[in-house]
Amino acid sequence: MALAKRIIPCLDVDKGRVVKGVNFVGIRDAGDPVEIAKRYNDQGADEITFLDITASHEERETTVHMVEAIAEQVFIPLTVGGGIRELADIRKMLNAGADKVSINSAAVYNPEFVKAASDRFGAQCIVVAIDAKQVGDNHWEIFTHGGRKPTGINAVEWAVKMAEFGAGEILLTSMDRDGVKTGFDLGVTKAISDAVNIPVIASGGVGNLQHLVDGVKVAGADAVLAASIFHFGEYTVQEAKKFMADAGIEMRL
Amino acid sequence: MTSKICAVIDYGMGNLHSAHGALQTVAPDTQVLVTGDPEVIQRADHVVLPGVGAIRDCMAEILNQGIDDVVREVAKTKPLLGICVGLQALMDRSEENGGVDCIGLFPGQVRYFGDDLTENGERLKVPHMGWNTVRQVDHPLWQGIDDESRFYFVHSYYVDAVRPEQVKGHGQYGVDFAAAMGQDNVFAVQFHPEKSHNAGLALLRNFLNWDGQA
Repeated sequence: MALAKRIIPCLDVDKGRVVKGVNFVGIRDAGDPVEIAKRYNDQGADEITFLDITASHEERETTVHMVEAIAEQVFIPLTVGGGIRELADIRKMLNAGADKVSINSAAVYNPEFVKAASDRFGAQCIVVAIDAKQVGDNHWEIFTHGGRKPTGINAVEWAVKMAEFGAGEILLTSMDRDGVKTGFDLGVTKAISDAVNIPVIASGGVGNLQHLVDGVKVAGADAVLAASIFHFGEYTVQEAKKFMADAGIEMRL
Repeated sequence: MTSKICAVIDYGMGNLHSAHGALQTVAPDTQVLVTGDPEVIQRADHVVLPGVGAIRDCMAEILNQGIDDVVREVAKTKPLLGICVGLQALMDRSEENGGVDCIGLFPGQVRYFGDDLTENGERLKVPHMGWNTVRQVDHPLWQGIDDESRFYFVHSYYVDAVRPEQVKGHGQYGVDFAAAMGQDNVFAVQFHPEKSHNAGLALLRNFLNWDGQA
């Protein structure tokens, strides 16, 4: 027996509501974050990640209430990402009941922020999200603004630096693969997983269950994150875990 | 009949919603109070000592608010459950943050997993993060929970117990570490029961039903 690999469903939220087509059969209101989180929890999700896409700072308060409501009722780890720019944002989310926050652009603009966050709250709750795009042979670069803005930063070197700065985990999204359903970018996932000593979550591109297996077995990811394959009931989390376990991966079943 | 009280000790180290929510869920008739008030804690039937983040900050707040004395007093009289850093704080000393003296209810040190941790030739990442199995040692708090059930861990430092009989659950991650410690009416776990789904909720339910007799 050993530490299990994790499956993490990811949900987009706007003003405290789940958006972008989560469409379970038999759910009363497809936008209710508590109901959706409970559903994934019942299916055996190992964690749940929320990506807050709320545009305005003021309206983000509703996301805080959402996290509070979920944390009171869903007893697996919760991560909140999106719009985390200051220590106060982190404190607010952790106080609301999030276990981890995911820092993306703010880390690129100000790497010291990751250091300060990790010092203050502990590495265990600081996830650094990296959006990478392939720009050459075995060469991946960090992009911001949803993959539109290149930064010139080498993704693997960046991951190493973020680990040194106190990140407890890396959430790696391949921008080339996001939404394409052709599987994770195994190259960059393996390069980063080999380069750092902290857990790496693979994200972007999952279209079937074999992709999840490849992320772990080929690329060495510690966890796999997926959205659409779960949201539309194509596969349940339980089916995905069973498939991975049958492929010889240690899972919590 | 007055309802039972469970005090979750709040010493300003963040998120207690989950612990509160989980305890309240398994025992709707218990009054679960998140509090730093020594009087309320002393009055409670069951006491939970949570903890997240770095041990230096946790111990600083614990000492600053006199929680160490409260915990020592509670440990003599009623069921006490330490969680994560709440377990580590009960040990003699932690090597985190350059070395921090802790409450010292259990003899033993809190040690770093190390940067070169391996198991069967495979490199292990640190923090130890995710769902791992716990090999149980007979104790009322494991009642109804399958041996080798998985619980959610997230930590880079582990408890190295001095007295083997106080280890009530074994974790394995490069080293055999104490996933649970127990002595008389005190029980403490390295994992997060409030984040460990059904197995975690079962343990919390057992704790609230526990009279402190091992």
